[in-house]
Amino acid sequence: MMITTRRTLMWRALGLGAVPLLAVLGRRALAQGAEPQVVKVVAKRFDYTPREFRVKAGRPIVLEFTSVDFVHGFNMPDMNVRADLPPGKVTRVNLPASKAGTYDFLCDNFCGDGHEEMHGRMIVEA
Amino acid sequence: MKLAALGGGAVYFAGLAGCASADAKTMAGGPAYDDFYFVQLSDTHWGFSGAPNPDAKNTLRKAIATVNALEKQPEFIVFTGDLTHTTDDPGERRRRMKEFKEIVADLKVKQVRFMPGEHDASLDRGAAFKEFFGDTNYSFDHKGVHFIVVDNVSDPGARIGDEQLAWMKADLAKRPKDSPIVVLTHRPLFDLVPKWDWATRDGAQAIDILMPYPKVTVFYGHIHQEHHHMTGHIAHHSAKSLIFPLPAPGSQPNRTPLPWDPSQPNRGLGFREVEAEPDVAQYKIQEYGVTKA
Repeated sequence: MMITTRRTLMWRALGLGAVPLLAVLGRRALAQGAEPQVVKVVAKRFDYTPREFRVKAGRPIVLEFTSVDFVHGFNMPDMNVRADLPPGKVTRVNLPASKAGTYDFLCDNFCGDGHEEMHGRMIVEA
Repeated sequence: MKLAALGGGAVYFAGLAGCASADAKTMAGGPAYDDFYFVQLSDTHWGFSGAPNPDAKNTLRKAIATVNALEKQPEFIVFTGDLTHTTDDPGERRRRMKEFKEIVADLKVKQVRFMPGEHDASLDRGAAFKEFFGDTNYSFDHKGVHFIVVDNVSDPGARIGDEQLAWMKADLAKRPKDSPIVVLTHRPLFDLVPKWDWATRDGAQAIDILMPYPKVTVFYGHIHQEHHHMTGHIAHHSAKSLIFPLPAPGSQPNRTPLPWDPSQPNRGLGFREVEAEPDVAQYKIQEYGVTKA
């Protein structure tokens, strides 16, 4: 797991954001001076690496996905955000600054025998 | 929703806003309907092997023997998806479909309707399924009831898609508004448990299309258990599987199969008989185990 806080990366990520509303929220957080947290995640049949990661509450989050073998999905229902993760490119998903708690996510593009096991968890710490 | 337990585990489901007017219309000389019944089997996952069902090679055959032994044979039979268990190998996928088709050919009732689940169709967008079973979405009529088969699995992202939604809308538009309509599909059309992928990504659009019709009922599979839910006046009934049961919706962190219990083989597995009373759009559901009790 790698977490970095690079403002320039966040601006670039916002430009490529999958969910406009969340991008707006992310910009608002940036405008308030919060540093984004970047988490790199590899998606591969039938797992995410890391499967579980921790971030801090109150700061925006950028998830950088690299899919290696399939157009996996990323769906975090509790934040109402999803994205397709095509292989061969980095897919950035912007999440707003969040309250402490656990947020489950899953692959929602059927990817084969083991698809049902492809899920993960983001833990937001106070 | 009207729900009244009857003897032998049968229940009536209705809850249709149009019931009263439908009764009045029938009594006033509207269309007369014959009652009939059909059987729904689901999620047979032919080709699966593993601890959740050590008898997987026999479960389907046993269920077919039980259907064949029903005192009164149904007028037709539907399989609501996941006929086969998924495989990456296109040749193996076709072998499983061929074997499945040979096994279900033993059904006494020859009018059988198939639809795919994601295990059958999502890895090749329904190509192998179409070779063996035909179209993945279609409609048919039976004794006044209009059946619509909706494919929400050929797209690996669980979308029905704009083209099929337009077809569905046009198909329904040909029917009188108060026609009895039954939707057969694999995944739930509503968001049952999105974090378990128990949903259809554009299912809300399908429900919006169905909503103007007062006599709609949905039968589906995917979740490997009996479940009943209402979206407005539309009832949704999921069926048990014939491979392994899954936990109650959202009852635990993950949707792992319930373990096989050697003291109660086939626990949680089975099929159902649906007795349709089209004039009042009521469906009496009778659940059966894999083998005759």
